[in-house]
Amino acid sequence: MFSETIELRGHIIDSLILPKVLDQILTHGANFKIGEITIGQKRADQSFARIQVSAETSDALDELILRLRQHGAEVAIRTDAQLAPSPADGVFPPEFYVMTNQQTFVRVDGIEIEVRPTMMDTAIAVDRKGRAARAVKFFDVHKGDEIVIGHQGVRVVPVQRATSRTDIFQFINTIIDADEPKSAIIRELAEELRRARKAKSKIAVVAGPAIVRTGAGRHLVRLIEAGYVDRLFAGNPFAGYDVERALFGTSLGISLDLAFARGGRENVMRAVNVIRQAGSVAAAVEKNLLTSGIMHACVRNNVDVVLTGSIRDEGSIPGATTDAIEGQKVLREKLADVTHALLLATIRHSLAVAGMLGPTVKIVCIDIDASAVERVVEQQPLQSIGMITDVEPFLRELADCLIGSNLSQ
Amino acid sequence: MRELLLCPPDYYGIEYEINPWMSIARGAETAIVQEQWKQLHATLSKLNCKVHLIAPQPRLPDMVFTANAGLTVGRRFIPSNFRHKERAGEQPFFAKWMEQHGYEVDWLPEKLYFEGEGDALFGKDVLFCGYKFRSDIQSHRAIAEMLSCLAISVELVDPRFYHLDTCFCPLPDGGGFWFPDAFDEYGQRAIREHVTDLIDVAPEEAMHFSCNAVVIDRDIVLPEGAPQLVTKLQERGYRCHGLPMTEFIKAGGACKCLTMFMPQREKA
Repeated sequence: MFSETIELRGHIIDSLILPKVLDQILTHGANFKIGEITIGQKRADQSFARIQVSAETSDALDELILRLRQHGAEVAIRTDAQLAPSPADGVFPPEFYVMTNQQTFVRVDGIEIEVRPTMMDTAIAVDRKGRAARAVKFFDVHKGDEIVIGHQGVRVVPVQRATSRTDIFQFINTIIDADEPKSAIIRELAEELRRARKAKSKIAVVAGPAIVRTGAGRHLVRLIEAGYVDRLFAGNPFAGYDVERALFGTSLGISLDLAFARGGRENVMRAVNVIRQAGSVAAAVEKNLLTSGIMHACVRNNVDVVLTGSIRDEGSIPGATTDAIEGQKVLREKLADVTHALLLATIRHSLAVAGMLGPTVKIVCIDIDASAVERVVEQQPLQSIGMITDVEPFLRELADCLIGSNLSQ
Repeated sequence: MRELLLCPPDYYGIEYEINPWMSIARGAETAIVQEQWKQLHATLSKLNCKVHLIAPQPRLPDMVFTANAGLTVGRRFIPSNFRHKERAGEQPFFAKWMEQHGYEVDWLPEKLYFEGEGDALFGKDVLFCGYKFRSDIQSHRAIAEMLSCLAISVELVDPRFYHLDTCFCPLPDGGGFWFPDAFDEYGQRAIREHVTDLIDVAPEEAMHFSCNAVVIDRDIVLPEGAPQLVTKLQERGYRCHGLPMTEFIKAGGACKCLTMFMPQREKA
């Protein structure tokens, strides 16, 4: 997507020049975003609009701008971004520019540089010599790093909503409520994942313990075995519950096969201990101590697993990252090439991951809590589907669509 | 009493082609040119107008179309910046003449094309401005700033109606007549929004340059050949004076193009 900022001045409202220019942009297959608009208050007062115009190709953009010039549009004068040095390690200079997860360019010495990677809630560090700009978190910044301040010279190119339907994400972009039918959407989603796997795109699953506790684990295992999961991100307890389920048939002590049963933490403690004794999940699989479940499937199918700890952990599964900042770094690295993310029944991890995803990553967020889904979808409004549902029927239906319903219920 | 500026057609002729009406092969008949211009001069003089004359210049055949020389409001004269080099030579003569007659000359930036009353007509308290073929829309903004008035910019889309005064004529009562097809959809809407009681001119009458009319209170001086328009104007209480304009239409001009108001308005 190529874009340029134009400015319109004059009696553009009374003369209908503003709507004409906007119409022309759309008629030529381009998109616009109004950055600023000032409407004259008195009769003779002139109005002003600053509009960002985006088109598919550079030629199409040039041709369009040429047309718009006839109607008085002027290409905005571009200025360099302002830079200031970081005063100390881990501290940004005052007025630092806070980045979104949209594609962003900064103009340095007259040249536009794309900020890589794009990441929410970061500052932009510029390497003048290397002509590079990167998104930096607090812990990435060092004293003296040149950081973009203010908004000048920063250009954000939002992901545009497609005007024609190309896939389910551009078609829906919304939240499916608890009382709305979901089968058709799950079928479409299955198609999308099939295409993604064929294209060797990377699919990440962010998994919450509810997957194990509701008995949806076996459906996730089916997806893993069929090659639909490249990365799995979860909290430490997720692995604990899964191993408990594999070793003892319970989850937090509750048997999936009994209608009513009392639970307890004993089994999960014993399960974690088995893994700690083996040294790692992979070692437990190797030694045939762990022979089923999601973690087992991940080892067998070479799924890249990132487990992170939390303040509530009693003792984590070996290999889990317990340093939160370190966990963020690992996640960012592993998310860099992900194209699809399934955020399943885990609000905290879903929010964390959604904030790290680039604007083109397609996300599906499943949770039984409507507000959780809304918060996640807000972060990726043009490329996300939210579904308010128990995760078990969702995963069951998705696995059935992708692999077939030959699993005995 | 209205004051007008005309230029005798001594050097008028079709010497180049800068609009679809002009054809060097189809020249103007000198004797008829003189007769038609004198008739216009006489008609305007009889309508209680003081007609000033600027001396025509050799090699500037279109100087006769004084309306394109600039825009006068009160004692301020904003000279045109002609788009075509063939006409650019007219500018210093008009600016000098106006200055000598006590008008303050206010220049537009050189890079902005603007062709005077040809593309800028007041209707009530709005300055309607045409753009694309001759004037740039940016010039409208500059003029609106200079005069502190509301300028409605309308795009002209038919090259035969290359100036606003060839397809639109505002009337003193807030109405007007026009040839709508000469404007794009937005221009049509903007004009409709600001002009009450618009009379649509039929295509065959518009081709006779019927919109190129000089309005002096209740008198309208226009090219002959627009019986339907004349009837409608008479119904609204206007007296119409149809004049033969064939030789000037060959260059894409008629009554209004041959006349500049001094001033068009006392105040913007």
